Amino acid sequence: MARALINVPPKAKRGELIEIKTLISHNMETGFRPDNTGKPVPRDIITEFVCKYNGEEIFRAELFPAIAANPFLTIFTIATESGTLNFEWTGDNGFSASESVNITVE
Amino acid sequence: MREDHIAPATRRRFLIDTAALAGAAGLGLSLAIRPASATPASMRAAIRRVVGEASVKKGRLKIDLPPLIENGNAVPLTVAAESPMTADNYVKAIHVFTEKNPQPNVISVQLGPRAGRATFATRIRLADSQKVIAIAEMNDGSFWSDEIEVIVTLAACLEGV
Amino acid sequence: MRPVAVAAVATAFVVANAVAAEIPSADRKSGYDFMGRETRAMQDDDTANPGMLWVLDGEALWKRKDGAAGKSCADCHGDAQNSMKGVAARYPAFSPPRGRPIDLEQRINMCRVDQQQSTPLAFESKDLLALSAYVGRQSRGMPIDIADDERTKPFLQAGHDMFNQRQGQLNLSCAQCHDDNWGQKLAGAPIPQGQPTGYPLYRLEWQALGSLQRRLRNCLVGMRAQSYAFGAPEYVDLELFLMWRARGMPVETPAVRP
Repeated sequence: MARALINVPPKAKRGELIEIKTLISHNMETGFRPDNTGKPVPRDIITEFVCKYNGEEIFRAELFPAIAANPFLTIFTIATESGTLNFEWTGDNGFSASESVNITVE
Repeated sequence: MREDHIAPATRRRFLIDTAALAGAAGLGLSLAIRPASATPASMRAAIRRVVGEASVKKGRLKIDLPPLIENGNAVPLTVAAESPMTADNYVKAIHVFTEKNPQPNVISVQLGPRAGRATFATRIRLADSQKVIAIAEMNDGSFWSDEIEVIVTLAACLEGV
Repeated sequence: MRPVAVAAVATAFVVANAVAAEIPSADRKSGYDFMGRETRAMQDDDTANPGMLWVLDGEALWKRKDGAAGKSCADCHGDAQNSMKGVAARYPAFSPPRGRPIDLEQRINMCRVDQQQSTPLAFESKDLLALSAYVGRQSRGMPIDIADDERTKPFLQAGHDMFNQRQGQLNLSCAQCHDDNWGQKLAGAPIPQGQPTGYPLYRLEWQALGSLQRRLRNCLVGMRAQSYAFGAPEYVDLELFLMWRARGMPVETPAVRP
């Protein structure tokens, strides 16, 4: 699976706004880059990113070739209850990756 | 006096090969081969696909991009919309477009009250100095926009490897 | 032309017949200082630095058993945070079995072949970069300290000579840009001093992590000069000289550069 780096505060107060940073390794081949014969290398990108908080979707993004390699996304949410934040990336050629992080909300 | 440890014949060969390599090598900012770029018209069409016939007002949204970009391959972008993000007053989506990249769409983000703040940050590719536009769609169906003009400089020594 | 005296070293490596003036110690700057604010922020934040993806991979590889000996790096070296502290700051280093200096990537491969009884990792492969990034990370913040003694002196001299000689179609030496004209603009971008404080690093131009040798190859191609195969002694001599030139500057691995 692709390497992902997630940064979520392990603890938060109920109602607090928290910042979530995600970084995943992926070339994000645009489909516009010529190979050394001049032919464009076929597109191969992550097309979708979804974040769920205890099963409920809180953020969704559709990614295009203009997103830089090794996609980095910072998002926010309100810490409502303890549980699990789940992150899923899907893309071209059947690409699929997921990560889960626990959060304690007091 | 020139100290050249490559024989003239092989040196010329190296020059030709290097020029061909630098031309064909496809790092994002290669000068010799450039894919067709989006035009302001295709960007407007991409925006219309999202917005339909609704009018787009300037405001309530801010794009943050460095005005002078040293390398267009990974440019930090932050988009922030003003909104209380409550159940009856929130930003539904934010879309980002460019004028001169090969393709006009950059990212489309779906939000809701759970997002807490209508802000996200990412890193994008910019193929040239150009305009970047963000459009926010509110839950009441209104559309708001912001745009920014940026300059992209190229790497000084073309590499080809 | 005599160089500015280097405080810590007894047998000072003398920069004889220097074509360009060596940068005085107080004026030395890392590429970090020439970057924009946003690129610096990318490097400073471990949660946003793309190079950290390779460091994490390296951490996993460190613990993986490999080779006929069935050993992992950890089996001999334990926790890298202790055992590898300061190591990258000393490389390239003289290798008695090889009779010449080797760089960190070559040292890792020596361990793989000799200790793990495994095969060497290809230069610039993801795994080798991950391991060197992981080891390099353990020296972050520590001053670069390259041995300057009887054994390394001839190789330092070779690296120095290469740095100062004009080469390629453009008939330029590294020193003409990086000693004499650093800070000035070339095609809109500032010329850095060429201090390799953060390798392997994530170069935005590559959209990936790469080694110092990859960067040197790019420089040579950019100058339209002869480049060498990965692992060539010419590169290691030049790496040795460049790291010595950067002595005392803190390691930044994994750095981010435009």
